[in-house]
Amino acid sequence: MTDATASPPTIPRRRLDAWPLVLVPALALVALPLVGSPTSWVTLTVAGLAMGMMIFVVASGLTLIFGLMDVLNFGHGAFIAVGAYVALSALGPLAPWLASGDPVQTVLALLTAAAVAMVVTGALGLVFERVIVRPVYGNHLKQILITMGGLIVAEQLIRVIWGADQKPMPLPAGLRGGIMLGDVAVEKFRLLAVGVGLAVFAAMTLVLNRTKLGLLIRAGVENGEMVEALGYRIRRLFVGVFVAGSALAGLGGTLWALYRETLTADIGGEVMVLVFIVIIIGGLGSVGGCFIGAILVALTANYVGYLAPKLALVSNIALMVAVLMWRPNGLWPVSKR
Amino acid sequence: MAGPLLSLAGVHTHIGRYHILQGVDLAVEDGGVTVLLGRNGAGKTTTLRTVMGLWKPSAGSVVFAGRPIGGAPTPDIARAGIAYVPESMGIFADLTVEENMVLAARDGPPDAGRLDWIFSVFPALRTFWHHRAGVLSGGQKQMLSIARAVIEPRRLILVDEPTKGIAPAIIESMIRAFLELKATGTTILLVEQNVRFAGAVGDRVAVMDDGRVVHTGSMRELVADAALQARLLGLSLEASH
Repeated sequence: MTDATASPPTIPRRRLDAWPLVLVPALALVALPLVGSPTSWVTLTVAGLAMGMMIFVVASGLTLIFGLMDVLNFGHGAFIAVGAYVALSALGPLAPWLASGDPVQTVLALLTAAAVAMVVTGALGLVFERVIVRPVYGNHLKQILITMGGLIVAEQLIRVIWGADQKPMPLPAGLRGGIMLGDVAVEKFRLLAVGVGLAVFAAMTLVLNRTKLGLLIRAGVENGEMVEALGYRIRRLFVGVFVAGSALAGLGGTLWALYRETLTADIGGEVMVLVFIVIIIGGLGSVGGCFIGAILVALTANYVGYLAPKLALVSNIALMVAVLMWRPNGLWPVSKR
Repeated sequence: MAGPLLSLAGVHTHIGRYHILQGVDLAVEDGGVTVLLGRNGAGKTTTLRTVMGLWKPSAGSVVFAGRPIGGAPTPDIARAGIAYVPESMGIFADLTVEENMVLAARDGPPDAGRLDWIFSVFPALRTFWHHRAGVLSGGQKQMLSIARAVIEPRRLILVDEPTKGIAPAIIESMIRAFLELKATGTTILLVEQNVRFAGAVGDRVAVMDDGRVVHTGSMRELVADAALQARLLGLSLEASH
């Protein structure tokens, strides 16, 4: 970047709006006395963080698609489901590695399956954008209808290809069990999910803030017309972001299926409810908001599910209402022209 | 090069069911500042947006540097050498001033010499270089918008009402910037309602009314001829000084 000597400012320098960051520890601290047992609280918190990271991986691509392309893609769940099924198929030939119990071979097998899932869902995203989404740019009602239709068709195709019955997708032996941290056992898979989520967040933050491509995406979210007037082909950017978002959904689907250890064709739909809540809470187009929102949603679901299971279903809706009453455009809204 | 740098012939533009440009004929000569004057709704902004490809002409031809660009994609038009400063300024509020400039410098990092010139004309941009553009004042945002358009050499710059709602002190900086830019041989097509600003920087003038160009001539002649001003614009340039 170019350097310029900055004189003492007379207007406020760019400052991080830290209040949303405070919400996560505040929620965890409020939950501690309510849960009572510190061991249970740590277990619930780690499980919530892992679930939050999986939701973030799925939601981060969708929030950029919303923000940059102004597309309401209800078909995003199809990529989650396809990603999960493709990973299941890819893991088949890698069974000897998984059965070995060797952590390195286990991780290598999962990385391979996740990579295949991402490539396939990314390619499907390219086709989906061209065939389904492109004709309905600028028309939200048609976007909702046609992408919902795309989701239904995809789910039926999954049943045709992989069968309608529930498929087992057990955790590999190398990821079973936990690691003892004092008196608390933390499941290995949850640590892996947290690691993957943090890696995706770090990579997206790096790309969005430290590269010209990232600048273009952030500028395009704000004012796509001006990006074009500067000489950049935003259509290519749209396609790239759509493909990347679909690939991330495939990665998220792989993680989610391993977390549930079973697979059904409607796996995408059940995650999408949480995903939409997360991107609304975070602010449409905001990756940072999506990250915080995903953690808040997952922690709330876990704490409330433990304390008052009957309220678990409404807890995230209540969280969304509370956040929107505080910040109507989400935690970190993106400026729009 | 023979002929005008930009020429519009019989250009019609529809926005939805509204027929805004109704046969615009306009020639912008290479070098200097051509000012588009006219009352609100005359079609000045639509003319700039049509040239930029942001609205597609429904009929007529737009030729830039000998190449037809009517209806071409906006990025291609920008890459042909046209920069655009919209009335809304179009700055990216969530990006810093620096990031706005880096994006505008399409062909690589901003040139240090050109950046120094921009800072000499608009010192505020140096001061707030690392600040989010959204926190700048209206005048500073306008400076940034113009600076973005000139960070790399462009053959033609389309500027839409740069003085709208801007403090007089900043208008003086803008006059200086436009005069210096003009001296470098850059061609500017300027939509402006502030006749003092238009008179200070303009070489040629085209007056629009009801989606057509109804008068073309030199800015000096228009400034000197109160009767012509009254007939074309319903106001006197002298009166606005």
